[in-house]
Amino acid sequence: MKKTNLVDHGFMDARIKLIDVAAFLDRIQRHEQTDDYRFHALKDAINELQTDEVGRVGRILSKLSDHSVEPIDKADIQGAFGAPKPNNQ
Amino acid sequence: MRYIEPHAHMVSRTTSDYEALAYAGCKAVNEPAFWAGFDRSSGDGFYDYFRQITEYEPKRAAKFCIDHYCWLCINPKEAEDVGLAREVISIIPNFIPADNVLGIGEIGLNKNSKNELLILEEHIQLAADHDQMILVHTPHLEDKLKGTKLIVDALNNQSKIDPSKVIIDHVEEHTANIVLSNGYWAGMTLYPESKVTHNRAIDMLEMFGDENVWLNSACDWGISDPLSVPKAALEMRRRGYDDEYIDKIVYKNPVQFMSQSGKFKLH
Repeated sequence: MKKTNLVDHGFMDARIKLIDVAAFLDRIQRHEQTDDYRFHALKDAINELQTDEVGRVGRILSKLSDHSVEPIDKADIQGAFGAPKPNNQ
Repeated sequence: MRYIEPHAHMVSRTTSDYEALAYAGCKAVNEPAFWAGFDRSSGDGFYDYFRQITEYEPKRAAKFCIDHYCWLCINPKEAEDVGLAREVISIIPNFIPADNVLGIGEIGLNKNSKNELLILEEHIQLAADHDQMILVHTPHLEDKLKGTKLIVDALNNQSKIDPSKVIIDHVEEHTANIVLSNGYWAGMTLYPESKVTHNRAIDMLEMFGDENVWLNSACDWGISDPLSVPKAALEMRRRGYDDEYIDKIVYKNPVQFMSQSGKFKLH
């Protein structure tokens, strides 16, 4: 396999996405909508970006997952929200 | 480049998409039965849908020299209605003998409810009774981790199911190892908003290995890209992978899995 400089390859894309996340958090705060549980779930997940151990993606996905183990009684909706509601834990 | 699109809902794509797939090197598409975007009101709707994917779609694909295969089920999004689900399951055996049917799918869970799990278990039993392969859908976003664990448990509980004939699709970094370590195949779906990007899929190949995995677009009526597999292949090339490796991932691996059904033959 040819060795590619992956920083050259992906830095600008990652930079764009990081700035977009920052803009999203600022936007939510400016519009005073920070009481939504997803805002806090995202901020909590972002802490993983500051860790040094490989596996950040898996840990972020885990933080944004429902960790209950029993099936729910009934599916009242068909969609998903991206983060578990606090009472699901 | 040659490749297989192992998960595409072509009933909701245009004929131009078949043409684009053919230009990109697609040799065969795999069409699991899925949700139509709304809940169907009776088994008759599914009867016609199964006719569409066993009779009509293969002809539409053949016009572009693409082989078309399909899988049958009622999607977990409609499984909350147990009566309807059982009505649909009862008509599936009529379609299993069709030339392009490879198995039961995409079964699985959506919101991880008791009724969804009950119907999943009945689909698994149907596959066992008819010696069919299985293609599994895993839930979205926050429901994926829990659902994947429940699905693997349900499959492991059926002793007649051979894990090497089951693919569990839409894995992500937190679920891939659950699937692969239990002996099942894993599908990585290039559907950026709710599943994985090209680069994350390639990262997962590096982390979890290149055996028993495939890449697919799961293109449907949503915001999705029927050309995402060849685009991922281009990204692999940009990251330094050679043609032989790319061919294994986008062609040989899906051929290896689907060839376990005696019906899969590339023309």
